[in-house]
This record gives sequence, C-alpha cells and structure tokens, in this order.
Amino acid sequence: MIRVQQLTKKYGSITAVKGISFEVAKGEIVGFLGPNGAGKSTTMKMLTGFLPPTTGRVSILGFDVFDQSLEARRHLGYLPENTPLYPEMKVGEYLRYRAALKGVPGSKLTERVGDVLELCQVKDREKQLIGSLSKGYRQRVGLADALVHDPALLILDEPTIGLDPNQIRTVRELIKNLAEKRTVLISTHILPEVEMMCSRVIVIHRGEIRATDTAENLRKNHRAVGELILEAKAGPDAAEALRAIPSVKDVTSVQDGEWTTFTLRLDAKAEPGAEVMRIATERKWEVREIHQKRAMLEDVFAELTTADH
Amino acid sequence: MRTFFVQTMREVRGIFYTPVAYVVMALLLALLGYTFQAVVSYLNKSPSDVTVLQVTFGNGLFFFIFAITTSLITMRTFSEEFRMGTIEMLTTAPVKEWQIVLAKFFGTVIFYAVALSPTLIFFAIFTYISNGHPAAKGPGAFYSAYLMLLLIAMLFIAIGNLASSLVKDQVNAAVLSISVKIIYLWVPMMLEELLNVTDPRVRKAAEFVSPIMHMRDFSSGIVDSRRLVWYLSLTAFFLILTHHIFHSRKLKS
Repeated sequence: MIRVQQLTKKYGSITAVKGISFEVAKGEIVGFLGPNGAGKSTTMKMLTGFLPPTTGRVSILGFDVFDQSLEARRHLGYLPENTPLYPEMKVGEYLRYRAALKGVPGSKLTERVGDVLELCQVKDREKQLIGSLSKGYRQRVGLADALVHDPALLILDEPTIGLDPNQIRTVRELIKNLAEKRTVLISTHILPEVEMMCSRVIVIHRGEIRATDTAENLRKNHRAVGELILEAKAGPDAAEALRAIPSVKDVTSVQDGEWTTFTLRLDAKAEPGAEVMRIATERKWEVREIHQKRAMLEDVFAELTTADH
Repeated sequence: MRTFFVQTMREVRGIFYTPVAYVVMALLLALLGYTFQAVVSYLNKSPSDVTVLQVTFGNGLFFFIFAITTSLITMRTFSEEFRMGTIEMLTTAPVKEWQIVLAKFFGTVIFYAVALSPTLIFFAIFTYISNGHPAAKGPGAFYSAYLMLLLIAMLFIAIGNLASSLVKDQVNAAVLSISVKIIYLWVPMMLEELLNVTDPRVRKAAEFVSPIMHMRDFSSGIVDSRRLVWYLSLTAFFLILTHHIFHSRKLKS
C-alpha cells in the first residue's frame, strides 16, 4: 500500500528526516509515533506529495507520489495537522466542493457527502459555518473531507491533538471504524492512542526509525527502565543497601511517618524483587508493599526517544 | 477540466464571502455612476465629439480606483491559503498547480465581470431618456470598450495574484500590487500630460503602454490587435511567474 525507500528531507543544513524506509501493507493501521519535532509531519507531508523529498522515493498503491502524483493523490485521504479548513464555508457546502474537486462524479455527490456526514457524525452541522464549529467538530469535518472520495489509504496527522477527552474518544472510535475497510497511517505522540488503535507502531526520533513492531512486542522486548516500589519501615542506611544491588540504577525515597517509600530504577529486564526481599529480611525491615511496575509503552517510548540514544 | 471548473467556482464563492467584495462593487458602481452623471451633464451643456462611453471609462480616476480594487480583491488569493494552511488540503487533492493558479485568476475575472455588468444599465438608461441619442459610436464601440475593460482587468488581476503569491501578508500584497499598478498608470500619464513631452518617440512609447489611451481608442470602436497582444501576453507572463512562485513557495512551507 505504502512503500517508502530511503526517504530524506533536508532544510538547509538541518536534516529533518534521515533516509527512512518502511512499508505499510493493505488493511494495516500503523501508528507513526515520535516526540514533537521528530520528523513525523515532514514525513507525512512527503507521503502525501505536498513536500518533495531531498532524496528517496514514496509510492502509494504502486503509484510514485511525484512522478504519478495525481493517481497517487486520488487514492489518498489526508488530514493535515491542525485541520486547515475554509472558515467561511458551510460544512455541507465544503464537503460537496471537496468531493467534486477529488473527482467524485456529480451523480454520486449527494450520496457520498451524505455518507461521510453520517459516518463522521456531523450531519447535524451540515448547514453551519465551519468557522463557528468547535474543535471536535472541525476535526470530524476534516476526517469527512479525507474520506469523501472513498480512498483506500488514509493519512492522519495528529488527529486527536487539542481535543477534550470526550472528543478524543469519539474521534478514536471513528478512526477504528474506518479502518475496517482501509489502510490507515496515523501520526501521534499520544501513547494510549497507539495501543488502542494500531496494529503496528513505527517509532521515529530525530528523523530516524528507532523501532517498528506491534505495541505488544515493543513492550515485551524493551522491558525498558523498569521501576520497583518498596514500602517499608527501614533504617537510615536502607537506600544505600538497596543501591548496592547490581541491577539497581538509582534509589529515591520518600518518608511518611515511620514508613518509607523507596522507588528503585532498574536496568532493562532486571527483576531484583527476590534480592530486595532477602535484604529486607536480613535487616528485619517491616515490609508493607513491594511491587514491580510492568513496563509501559511509555517507557519504551522514552527509552527509544531520549537524547542519549 | 471539471477539477478546474470546480476550483474556479470555489474561488468565485470565496470572493463573494468576503465583505471587501461588496465594498469594491459598491465603490466601483458609485464612482462610475458619478462619472457617468458628470459626463452626461457636461456634454449636455457643451456638446462635443466625444461620446459618453469614451469619457466614462477613459478617465484617470476610474483607472486608479480600478487598480486599487483589483488589488484588494486579489490580495488574499494565495497569501490567505498559506496563512491558514489550507494550501495543504488544496494541493494534496488531485489538482494540478496550474489549475489552482488559473482557477484563482479566472475566479477573480468572473467576479469583475459580475461587478461591472451593472454599468451596462447606465448606457441603457441614457439611450432611453435621450430619445435614442447614442451613448457611443455605434454598438461595436460597446463591445470593444468592454473588451478593453476585460483585458485591463485581466492584467491587473494577474499582477495582484502575483503579489499575493510573493508576499506573506495580505496587506503587504495589496500595497505591492497597488504600487506596481499606479506606477504603470502614472508614468505614461505623466509623460503625456504633466511633462508635455513633444518627442514623438516618447509619445509613441506612452501610447503603447498606457491603458487610459488604449481605453480611449477601444471605446471609440477602434480595435487594435497590438493592444490585444500586449495585454494577453503580459497577463500570461504574470500568470506563469505566479505559477513558478507558487510552486517554489509550496516547497518551502
């Protein structure tokens, strides 16, 4: 569906995207994950043909995005970041214009526009000016626009940014429903979004791909910087003793009356629970709670995208 | 072709959605109405060879207002799309860049055709109340006068579009476009009238470029094909330039 080969984008001396390659197969929902400024939007703009790459190739359904640009764009629905729309147009009017522009034949115009109005739950705002819509509605109008010519591929750049939790839920549900018949590429820096929606994740940082896998596998394979929490009545030298365990990177403690809560930062894949318990028993600490936090995708993300990597 | 048509209609609507469109229409009609009335009452007192049509369109004031209003209408065409980011929506739809440039151009041309068409009523009224006294030298003069109006409008719109594609801010775009047009109008006028240049070569050059002089010719029914070539090629040149600038600006956004 999408094939990206050695894609590079330079702005003067800054390289925003450094020779990335990946593929997205038909029917996949792929999350394009990275911190702000990682090169997500730049990559998406190149995929849609808006920006030409410095080097490298992109093809959509076998059509080269630059040499066969019009064909590629016919199969593509794109929602840019911040959903730019014409504020002076009415929702229905705007969608009819977009549908006609994207080549929906005149006889099917009303039907297609009606379908996407329904699908994106903006039917009740059909006659409203876009400029007077709330952000959530704008986003849904943007999605309706991306869908109006029934494209095989959807590229959505941060579709839930700036929405409130209810709106986010609606938009996510919507994207999930859309994905049944389509291939979707979503960029985001919101992790739960990826875990909820995407069948695969591409992690990008500083213009390079750091990992590509399912969210589940990423979590398993990168038991990133884990944490172990210990609540105990312990002596003043307890932190020292815990720090002496080889797989413990750092210990922080918070005193609450007699009880102290220790947070142990751990090496990847380390499980020092037994060792901690042995020390506690040896020193006769009274333990109230001990548990190791399961690595979250968040930790994986942090590990893959922090500066020292 | 359909894509181009759809986009052109969107541009026409876009113009009619802005309040400035109505200000411009009202301004043009009020000004032309006033000139028309002044011309008629002047010719009533001292009859001469010049026709009402010739003086109504062939005066400097009209051209300056025309230069300013075309700039106000075109200032937002490109700069607004870039500012709002809608350029991304527009250029990722299956539309070619030249279709966008031409649609924006013809959209404004259509707006001007609509804005200026009520002036035809002036001449109809004149013919009616003057018991058939002609407002022009024959019906052909009407066609040629309105043809020249269209040609000049096209050139001015193309200049305005170019300015809008060049400059980030729409106000700056308007200022740039007005300046260029005023200089273009002013220089031949100055040569002809203010400086009383008698050198025939300078006069010839002024005649070749001055829209006011062209209008005087065309509104008396003289269709000079050199003028057609002049306006059409200049318009085409500015449109091609606009296309190039639009293209390179898109790459940088």
